[in-house]
Amino acid sequence: MNDIFSNPVLAKALPEAIVETLQMVGISAFFTVLVGLPLGVFLHVTAPGGLRPMPVTNRIMSDVIVNITRSIPFAILMVALIPLARLLTGTSLGPVAASVSLSIGTIPFFARLVETCLRDVHHGKIDAAQVMGSTKMQVINKVMLRESLPALVAATTTTVVTLVGYSAMAGLVGGGGLGKLAYNYGFQRFDVTVMIVTIVLIIVLVQVIQLVGEQIARSLDHR
Amino acid sequence: MITVTDLRKVYRQGKKEVVALDGVTLSVPKGSIHGIIGHSGAGKSTLVRCLTLLDRPTSGSVSIDGTELSSVKESEIRAARRRIGMVFQHANLMDSRTAAGNVAHPLELVKTPKDKIRTRVAELLSLVGLEGFENAYPSQLSGGQRQRVGIARALAADPDVLLCDEPTSALDPATTDEILDLIQDLTRRLQLTVLIITHEMNVVKRVCDSVSLLSKGRIVEHGALKDVAGDLESKLAKALLPLPASEPLKGALQGGPVLEILFAGDNAKEPVITGVARHFDIDLNVLAGSVETLGGQQFGHLRVQLAENADYDAVLGYLHQRGIGAKLAATNAAANDALEPGALEPDAAEPDAELNDATGRNS
Repeated sequence: MNDIFSNPVLAKALPEAIVETLQMVGISAFFTVLVGLPLGVFLHVTAPGGLRPMPVTNRIMSDVIVNITRSIPFAILMVALIPLARLLTGTSLGPVAASVSLSIGTIPFFARLVETCLRDVHHGKIDAAQVMGSTKMQVINKVMLRESLPALVAATTTTVVTLVGYSAMAGLVGGGGLGKLAYNYGFQRFDVTVMIVTIVLIIVLVQVIQLVGEQIARSLDHR
Repeated sequence: MITVTDLRKVYRQGKKEVVALDGVTLSVPKGSIHGIIGHSGAGKSTLVRCLTLLDRPTSGSVSIDGTELSSVKESEIRAARRRIGMVFQHANLMDSRTAAGNVAHPLELVKTPKDKIRTRVAELLSLVGLEGFENAYPSQLSGGQRQRVGIARALAADPDVLLCDEPTSALDPATTDEILDLIQDLTRRLQLTVLIITHEMNVVKRVCDSVSLLSKGRIVEHGALKDVAGDLESKLAKALLPLPASEPLKGALQGGPVLEILFAGDNAKEPVITGVARHFDIDLNVLAGSVETLGGQQFGHLRVQLAENADYDAVLGYLHQRGIGAKLAATNAAANDALEPGALEPDAAEPDAELNDATGRNS
């Protein structure tokens, strides 16, 4: 116990690392939902038999973009996207730059989850909404998104948890945060205390996200 | 009043063309309930989709009070849909909305002011007998209550036509009767035009004024309930007034010819059987029978056996003269040989057996 408080690395670098991790997760979660949600809706609605079928566009979006992005291992994608991050943020270092590749890496993942959530909305509900004279936008907003909201919250939770894991990896290539701390001190300097503390912190972070997400999903679910 | 004229719907399945509706024509006057009965694959679902404009018919038309619906432009399709309220088999309520929220849904779509929605929702919920359930979610309601919310929602936009797609097929018998009574009551009170699509003969018996039999995309029989039930040759009559299977009676059929008799309306009040017995001085034996009130009229469907050497032609003549439907089901000579299972019911082996099954609950 004494070790933890007297460890100079933890005292100096830990608060900063925590803030960096939260920044990376927060920023990239925001952009993932911002882009991934409409993308998921688009994928679902334009699918064959969907609300507004666009077979060719859907095929291209679905196969080319989503699957290729997901096929590339995240570690490689992150390094490959460093030039883009520099272009967008002016730097290739720090949590903000890392958020670029983190977002791009998780958007397709989240979009797929959204698509699955929407597919689970019973078709009879959509028929009912159409028969009562809904526009397509009203069907999407008032039925698809609203009825799958608990599932969408659960999908967001899963995505944010994934982002915590990815952010640790991003730390290795200049993103900072808990990942960098664990690697630099815990691995390269054999500082077991730092290693254990970061692991525990990451576990606690994931647990908190998971609990909060489940709680919100449950309060929204009236089934 | 809803009128459907020569409605056709052809689907493409690869290179094959599937004719789902093959010239359906029907018309239902205001304030009455029309049943469309048929087994799965008959085209019921396609008909529903064409009536609600979820699918465009290949040809033919659907019109309400003279206004053509099936050819409206894409931009007017939503206004056209609002003239038809639809009740689904599984209610299809939104789980995230309360009972009141579900009923308010169609009103929100056209930006009805909040206070107007509130009064209209309260009015509709009391109309279907759900006062006090405003804040209940569908998961907290029973199947019958959910269907009541579904009916209230269907009526929210003040439609002219109420289209019910298997409204009671997921409900138990007691709840089925409650929902059917509600539909009947609302039809009279609001002067609705109601179409009930179902595979249950029980539904037709209980509430319908007229009925169509849909088979392979065509309407093969139709008419007022009391007319079709009185026709000994119609498949609908057989399903409306079913007789038990004849096989258990094999042993009893030692004697004379077997007749099937169907009397309707005023004839049902006459003592037909004793009349025959007295007039011809013969004995009769009732083998099977079904007596019901359909569309406000009394109907009886009997299978009787005459004494061994009775002159059945004379008996048939006597019955026909009095306007009673009667036909020979089996003669004594042929009876014992011919009585393979189902021999008395030539159609028993046909798909229409399913129609008879559906009536099992009541008979």
